[in-house]
Amino acid sequence: MNREDFPMLLQDIVYFDNGATTLKPKCVIDKTVEYYEKYGANAHRGDYDISYKVDQEYENTRRLVKEYIHAKYLEEIIFTAGSTESLNLIVQGFFANLLDPNDEVLITKSEHASNVLPWFHLANKKGIKVNYIPLDDNHYVTLENVKKMITPNTKVISLAYITNVIGDIRPIKEIAEYAHQHNIFVVVDAAQSIGHIKTDVQDLDVDFLAFSAHKMCGPTGVGVLYGKKELLEHVEPLILGGGMNESFDNEHEVYYKELPARLEAGTPNIAGVIAYGAAIEYLNKIGLDTISEYEKKLRKYLIDKLIDIPFIDLINIESDSGIVTFNITDIFSQDVAYYLNKYNICVRAGSHCAKILKNEVGVTNTLRVSLYFYNTFEEIDMLVELLSDKEKILKEML
Amino acid sequence: MDENIKREIILDHYQNPRHRGLGEDDTYKKVNSNNESCIDNIDLYVKIENDLIKDIQFNGEACAISTSSTSIMIENLIGKTIAEAKKYINNFENMVNEKEYDENLLQEGIVYQDIYKQNNRKTCATLPYVGIKKILDTYPEEREK
Repeated sequence: MNREDFPMLLQDIVYFDNGATTLKPKCVIDKTVEYYEKYGANAHRGDYDISYKVDQEYENTRRLVKEYIHAKYLEEIIFTAGSTESLNLIVQGFFANLLDPNDEVLITKSEHASNVLPWFHLANKKGIKVNYIPLDDNHYVTLENVKKMITPNTKVISLAYITNVIGDIRPIKEIAEYAHQHNIFVVVDAAQSIGHIKTDVQDLDVDFLAFSAHKMCGPTGVGVLYGKKELLEHVEPLILGGGMNESFDNEHEVYYKELPARLEAGTPNIAGVIAYGAAIEYLNKIGLDTISEYEKKLRKYLIDKLIDIPFIDLINIESDSGIVTFNITDIFSQDVAYYLNKYNICVRAGSHCAKILKNEVGVTNTLRVSLYFYNTFEEIDMLVELLSDKEKILKEML
Repeated sequence: MDENIKREIILDHYQNPRHRGLGEDDTYKKVNSNNESCIDNIDLYVKIENDLIKDIQFNGEACAISTSSTSIMIENLIGKTIAEAKKYINNFENMVNEKEYDENLLQEGIVYQDIYKQNNRKTCATLPYVGIKKILDTYPEEREK
């Protein structure tokens, strides 16, 4: 769908690495240029027309994000550089102050590094415990397994909404409901879900949510931290400086601004944030339900074909997202990726930043095809044809 | 060398790598070889006695080029003195980096003669050399004489 909107697709490429980043539609690129050409001033500063225009555009994106995830208040939307920064901000700026040694955080072995390493850091620095919710036979998280791992010391459950290798959609709403009955905070890494399925933070009732613009047709270098207002009020700013202070006389008299400015120090990625607004409007126009449904059809089409190839080991046959992970028996994933590259097909090989997942699925490296709405059934046919001839792969991969 | 023969040699060393193992005892020094831009990861186990490379074994997960290159490198280095090994390594790296090199010293290493044409695979061919150099460089120069 909508392939004509994407200048990158004018090249002769098949892009199947949408889990890493998505392509950008022309309207997002144009909006970036529009800022630099028409009103390229700083935000929250000047008393002149173009600076006022910058503020309007910048804050319009905040409003669009608020509506996109159905947040209650505008000040619950904090712009960051991406999911990674959002998660670090919440772990370092909130949980580092709140948690005591021996408090427990629950994650899983299929989390992305960004939802693992900040917690490891806290474990090493403060002596908190990081425990793993066991995954079921499909490598899914179930509420039952979450319940089994909860102890009186459990304070946080931090999970991806959709994981980047297995592609499972987690039952976040059920988990959050149970967690809150036990006074446990729920942090969600929505990097892989935000451009693919609907997110309603009030319905899910999550405490914090992190995501990136570039995985939903937006620019790189822009992300969001959502937090419930009453919790965000207690997040300590990790970056101090311009834009976030109200006034200061000496070291004892510093007054910070209210949310969200307090957590957005320095000149932000203005062009990125403004262009991000265009990306949200673009996705809204297509409709997330339409996107989800189409991706499901693409995925089923691909799985039905791959499953018939005897030398393909599928890691995630069942899964509702557009992520398909597999290996060709006895051929290293990177060699297959090189082979496909010769036909201008972009897929990802490796551990996909989920380095402890190998303990769960038994393989370290895999090939990952991650689909988006601009992929087509014809592209999948091309891929499958190239993968169904093992002799050809061995011959041409070198 | 004919392209098809090169491909056959590489595939043979990839599918049946020689000297796979974990080093039998603590006379083997272990060193890791990896590079940032790819997912290859190889451990080398090296046994050196009196300036002579007695044995090398390797283990790990890597692509066809890295695995075969490791297998071929090991076959060529076992039995060499440290000075001879350094000469072999230097000559191999010259080939990959499009400098002058001596074809006659390379044995099966010559199969990577054209690897410079694929920029993203040069680091695969040289991957095991990153590790072995770390070990050989710990031997002082004067002992090479």
